[in-house]
Amino acid sequence: MKRKIRLQRGELDNLRLDEFVIEVEPGMVVLDAILLIQATEAPDLAIRWNCKAGKCGSCSAEVNGEPKLTCMTRLSDYPEDQTLTVQPMKTFPLIKDLVTDVSWNYEVNKQITPYQHTEGTGDPIMFQAEVDRVQEFRKCIECFLCQDVCHVLRSHDMKDEFAGPRFMIRTAGLEMHPLDQGERLEHLRDDHGIGLCNITKCCTFACPEHIEITDNAIIPMKERVIDEYYDPLKWLWNVVTGKSN
Amino acid sequence: MEDFETRECDVLVVGAGGAGLRAAIAASEYGAKVALVSKSLLGKAHTVMAEGGVAAALGNVDERDNWKIHFRDTIRGSKNLANWEMAKIHAEKAPDRVRELERWGAVFDRTEEGKISQRNFGGHRYPRLAHVGDRTGLEIIRTLQDHAVHMENIEVFMECTVSDILKSGNRAVGALAYYRSSGKLVVFEARALILATGGIGKAYRITSNSWEYTGDGHALAYLAGADLIDMEFVQFHPTGMVWPPSVRGTLVTEGVRGDGGILVNSEGERFMFNYIPDVFAAETAKSEEEANSWLKGEEGAMRPPELLTRDVVARAIMTEVNEGRGSPHGGVFLDIASRQSPDYIRRKLPSMYHQFKELATLDITKEPMEVGPTTHYMMGGIKVEANTAASTVPGLYAAGEAAAGMHGANRLGGNSLSDLLVFGKIAGQCAANFAQENSKVSPHGKEIKKSIENTLEPFEDGDENPYQIHQELQEIMESHAGIVRTGEELEKGIRKLEELEKRLPKMHAKGERKYNPGWHLCLDLHNMIITSLALSRAALERTESRGAHTRLDYPDYDDELGKVNMIVRPGPGGMSVVRSPLLKMPTELKDYVLKEVV
Repeated sequence: MKRKIRLQRGELDNLRLDEFVIEVEPGMVVLDAILLIQATEAPDLAIRWNCKAGKCGSCSAEVNGEPKLTCMTRLSDYPEDQTLTVQPMKTFPLIKDLVTDVSWNYEVNKQITPYQHTEGTGDPIMFQAEVDRVQEFRKCIECFLCQDVCHVLRSHDMKDEFAGPRFMIRTAGLEMHPLDQGERLEHLRDDHGIGLCNITKCCTFACPEHIEITDNAIIPMKERVIDEYYDPLKWLWNVVTGKSN
Repeated sequence: MEDFETRECDVLVVGAGGAGLRAAIAASEYGAKVALVSKSLLGKAHTVMAEGGVAAALGNVDERDNWKIHFRDTIRGSKNLANWEMAKIHAEKAPDRVRELERWGAVFDRTEEGKISQRNFGGHRYPRLAHVGDRTGLEIIRTLQDHAVHMENIEVFMECTVSDILKSGNRAVGALAYYRSSGKLVVFEARALILATGGIGKAYRITSNSWEYTGDGHALAYLAGADLIDMEFVQFHPTGMVWPPSVRGTLVTEGVRGDGGILVNSEGERFMFNYIPDVFAAETAKSEEEANSWLKGEEGAMRPPELLTRDVVARAIMTEVNEGRGSPHGGVFLDIASRQSPDYIRRKLPSMYHQFKELATLDITKEPMEVGPTTHYMMGGIKVEANTAASTVPGLYAAGEAAAGMHGANRLGGNSLSDLLVFGKIAGQCAANFAQENSKVSPHGKEIKKSIENTLEPFEDGDENPYQIHQELQEIMESHAGIVRTGEELEKGIRKLEELEKRLPKMHAKGERKYNPGWHLCLDLHNMIITSLALSRAALERTESRGAHTRLDYPDYDDELGKVNMIVRPGPGGMSVVRSPLLKMPTELKDYVLKEVV
């Protein structure tokens, strides 16, 4: 069976959609189609990929406008007669073809206070029930699709003010770790802009690891920030005792 | 000459998977200024694909476990070819390296008492693999990555590929690299280098490995004059996906069997009982009844034959398929659905559950999977000293899959994550120490010029398509140097590889230098051809069957060959293979290997 696929090619000053016709094999995923085109028709076609098993989060793109890992998206998920269109993630600066510059994410990660271990005697004791939630966040494969669809970043380009969902769960994974002693709430409020998230859950829907980003990470952390900085009783106590916020 | 930028550092670490990251952290703690170069984005290296766990004799689940038994299991699994010093250091240090990760924020699955949980795996006497469901590698690389990025003297160069090692006299003093995103060139001047570039799996068609695994470190070291060792030993993991075609070779974790999964042929027979080698007979269940008492966790129960070492299981699967008892798509059945509850499977094997559901439309909690062998891991690599990770070239170190000696003829599952932590750290410390003790030498301009010319050569005229050459290479390796070999086939394969090698200069990279995978592949292919030739020539020389190396024309062990490693090195007349006697193991350690309980 043959099917049509359109790939965005070029750089910002010469963008185009090139159409290819490929022979489809059973089980083929979008990344297979792209690599086939690369091997046969477009040797310099740029696509980022690694594990081809949904574990490394390299091959993120927008397939028919939807955020997808191309290695986990089967061609058979779309009607046979439909032309598929694959474009790079829109939120990040384009390098070439389907590859974007995601280095901003790595800079944000560096700003997060790292894990601070509670030193004790002997091996740490933590129970599974205590770490289930943290493990959910640590499933993140850093595909950055949540960043791509977050409208604070995508539509408003507020990268200077908002760290994005990926780093909300990174922070949550540290804050909810039973043995971590780091302080991150002030940073979360002031520098990473947790207040800017208005919980539309776009990130949660996009997550290929099915992490409940909004419900399990962002909302509980918004509550922690509010408890810490906007609690009226605490505010009154601080005024009475002369402590400032 | 073409423009390039220059970067100076004390230690250049090539590769940012588990070994490279651990080495960078160690070198930086030692006070070295580190440049960490990564072919991919940070955190995407092949370590993320490690699923089942990291082997360390913590004794959390079975307190009888200790480093001596881990050492014994490693040597037995290696078919006595492993470097005993490395195996000893590894078994002794692995528990500390795992505990250290926990102090850096890793969150392993827990036992009921709240300690790090450990699971069963092939060839390990006791439950030994610390794990996080079936995504242990991701946990480890993320922990190391997040630790490393906060260290001030580590600078990370992402999507940057080293294309040549620069030398001054015999000493390695730097490297030429290109940035993938821009195509621009960079010369790293370093007092010491660590190669942590991973494996070679992309030389084969059916593989669990990503595009990165092109034997870069192996070839760079060889060209720099270093010895390679054990190159004939390639691990074919018994369980890769076989259907649909587009995912053929994708890994199915050994954790499925560790958690009770069984292998069944088309006749419904649990065939592994027919393939138990004598050396493992004393610790392996002989009947379904015995194996089931192990699954129930009964004291003193023997391990099921599905958990024999990978070489044994892979060969058994191939035999079943070749003798007509395979599954519809040329594998066998791996069944966990009838052994564990759906809840348990989804909790312990979540990524397997999703992988099959999304890629094969199969629910592993309800149906058996179809699996078959897939090229997975390179036991062979750069020969290193056990205590220092130093190669035979001064200033050049290696760790992780690119290094060799630790696993001999067969690696036990779980021993690679522990290997890269233990020897990554040693490599980092010793390279930093070397950097401190040796003054800086700049690479010679003439040598840089030559490297640049080689790196840009694919843009010259030519009519060969690198993707076509790659496909031909994979066919050659698959059919001539695969899971079973003969002298005749290996010789044919070597001739075909030599023919292919002649075509490499005619390869042409179309387009510009900016993010051009065709160009990158041209350069990677040089590395793949060197490693494939080294592998095939060492395999031809080893006229016996041992571990992962199976010769149909020499089906048994040869005691004399059991006393030597094959070394591949550049000689005056080209690539040469020489035999090198094994290190003599002290009697006390030999005793551990022979005993059932230590």
